[in-house]
Amino acid sequence: MGADTSQYAQQARAALATVAPEPGSRKPDAILVADAIRRRFGGIVAVDVDHVEVQRHSITALIGPNGAGKTTLFNLLSGFDEPNEGTWTFEGRTLDKVVAHRTAQLGMVRTFQLTKSLTKLSVIENMKLGATGQRGERWWNGMLPFTWRSQEAAIEARADELLHRFKLDHMRNEYAGTLSGGQRKLLEMARALMTGPTMVMLDEPMAGVNPALKQSLNQHIRGLRDEGMTVLFVEHDMDMVHDISDWVIVMAEGRLIAEGTPDQISRNQAVIDAYLGAHQGKSLMEDA
Amino acid sequence: MDWGLILELTLKAFFGLDAVVFIIAALGLNVQFGYAGLLNFGQAAFMAAGAYGLGMSVNYWGVSWWWGVAFGFAYAAVLAVIVGVPTLRLRADYLAIVTIALAELVRLIVRSVTHKEKFGGTDGLKGFAAGFQDLSPVDAPGNAYGLGPLQTSGLMRIALFAFWVLVALAVGIAIDRLRGRRTGRAGINWVLAAGAGAVVFAVLMALFPRFDYLGTDLWVLIVGWGIVAVCALYVWALMRSPWGRVLKGIREDEDAVRSLGKNVFGYKMSALVIGAVIGMLAGVINALRTSNVQPDNFSRALTFYVLTALVLGGVATVTGSIVGPMAYWALLAFTDVFLSEVSDDTGRLAVGGITLLENASARGQFRLVLVGVGLIMLMVFRPQGLFGNRKEMALDGR
Repeated sequence: MGADTSQYAQQARAALATVAPEPGSRKPDAILVADAIRRRFGGIVAVDVDHVEVQRHSITALIGPNGAGKTTLFNLLSGFDEPNEGTWTFEGRTLDKVVAHRTAQLGMVRTFQLTKSLTKLSVIENMKLGATGQRGERWWNGMLPFTWRSQEAAIEARADELLHRFKLDHMRNEYAGTLSGGQRKLLEMARALMTGPTMVMLDEPMAGVNPALKQSLNQHIRGLRDEGMTVLFVEHDMDMVHDISDWVIVMAEGRLIAEGTPDQISRNQAVIDAYLGAHQGKSLMEDA
Repeated sequence: MDWGLILELTLKAFFGLDAVVFIIAALGLNVQFGYAGLLNFGQAAFMAAGAYGLGMSVNYWGVSWWWGVAFGFAYAAVLAVIVGVPTLRLRADYLAIVTIALAELVRLIVRSVTHKEKFGGTDGLKGFAAGFQDLSPVDAPGNAYGLGPLQTSGLMRIALFAFWVLVALAVGIAIDRLRGRRTGRAGINWVLAAGAGAVVFAVLMALFPRFDYLGTDLWVLIVGWGIVAVCALYVWALMRSPWGRVLKGIREDEDAVRSLGKNVFGYKMSALVIGAVIGMLAGVINALRTSNVQPDNFSRALTFYVLTALVLGGVATVTGSIVGPMAYWALLAFTDVFLSEVSDDTGRLAVGGITLLENASARGQFRLVLVGVGLIMLMVFRPQGLFGNRKEMALDGR
């Protein structure tokens, strides 16, 4: 964790050090606050979260065994799914009943577990699509290039800058469909940044990515926080979670079961039980 | 066998009114299907909205044909919104189902006995294009007007001469580009293009000294190609704009586009309405050509023929939606004339004593078979269509 010496990293660590390591604990400066969120699929309660907060300018990991409801919670918070009940606010704004594209316009952008690169668009077109508030995206302006040309040039410059940073500039004019799986992850993250978000939600950014690329993805995610964004990510790779997150939230069977710094979480009995079963370490004969 | 006649009729179909109607309809369909990925299987309904909007306004309400076209715009847009509101939030299939139903619904309503006084029942409406023909610059609409060098005089001749020069130049440029693409040369070699164009021009003039259209048709043809030019330019400009980029993004993955803060529903709705309104213009041209509209012109099959022509040309390209319908109708005309030329006077086609085709109506069916075979070959050897993008097509397999 030696690399986390930026101003925001230190602020976040200092602030979170004072927070009680228990599920639903209050944060000193929360950007996202959710209350009593429930989502049922038929008889199954997929998400049942009483209270959760995400600290501003921090990297918060959301972990849990498969089927814990992490992605469902992501979908609910980002407006891609509607909860049966519950309210949540983002930067003090109520977000329930706000549609997904509005959520993104407000500065909360997400990526997907199954990467969604727009295959028949070139990499640079993928990037330019991400910019919000484009004048040329209204159909009556579309046919009048003089109304959007200058803005388009600025967007393209910003896109090229990001492509350079994510080392995709050599693929600039290729179709996104020709990228490798890892490159698609990078593209999706870079494209999300084109919206100019204040909070980035990454759904399994490391899934299917080789170890070398993982290191650079790690750096990119740290970079987001160091630029002042808040990162919330779902991940299964525990080394990575331990490595880069300032705070960890653990879900199991739809509920929050633990919160804390990575060190606190790795010692937490409830988490170990959730992942490995409550009876791990005991002899099988005892139950019999 | 008269090869001159075969060529002339094929070329006439290539530039003809059927092709114009299909091009406009295909341009609209391309906005929806090619760029936005919306499965509209009811383009016929929007074409009917144009044709009946015009016919009913003139015949039943007694307003001028300009108003008729304006009403057509409104009808097509309203139909599109009605269909879009419930379906565009759902998966793509639902729009397909509902648009097929819409096309049938519109056709059944306009041919119903209940509304016979408005829409004319199965007989349809006729005689509403007089106002349009009054505007024609052609002095004797009943006469045939030639596009060849022998037949016309005065201003028309200069205009038609210019038309053929442009056609020849376009072919010349196309030939030059094909050569350039093979040798990897960028840009246009104008000397080569003009040379090829001159040869094409000479051949055209020699082959078709009497290439003529009826005066009324010629006027519709001029207006029709004008509308093609405007619509094609409009679609081309839209699709290279950021608006078009969002649309193509939605075609690929609408959740991704939504996550980037775009109102996907709004974009899909505007694409549906724009495509519908362009399709409406195809209906208007179709109604103006014969001053006649019949409900069964707008059957389900019409949409699928337009779709076929679009796929033939290449989906998601403007050139494709122009050349596809032209090639489609030229192919139909060619097979028809060719088969009739090799048949005897009674319309029977026999080879070595074996009757292949009994009469002219069997010929009409058989040419569709040939076109079908041609399309299958195209899908095998050139799945992207004549002008589609092979690289883009190949990405689907990944």
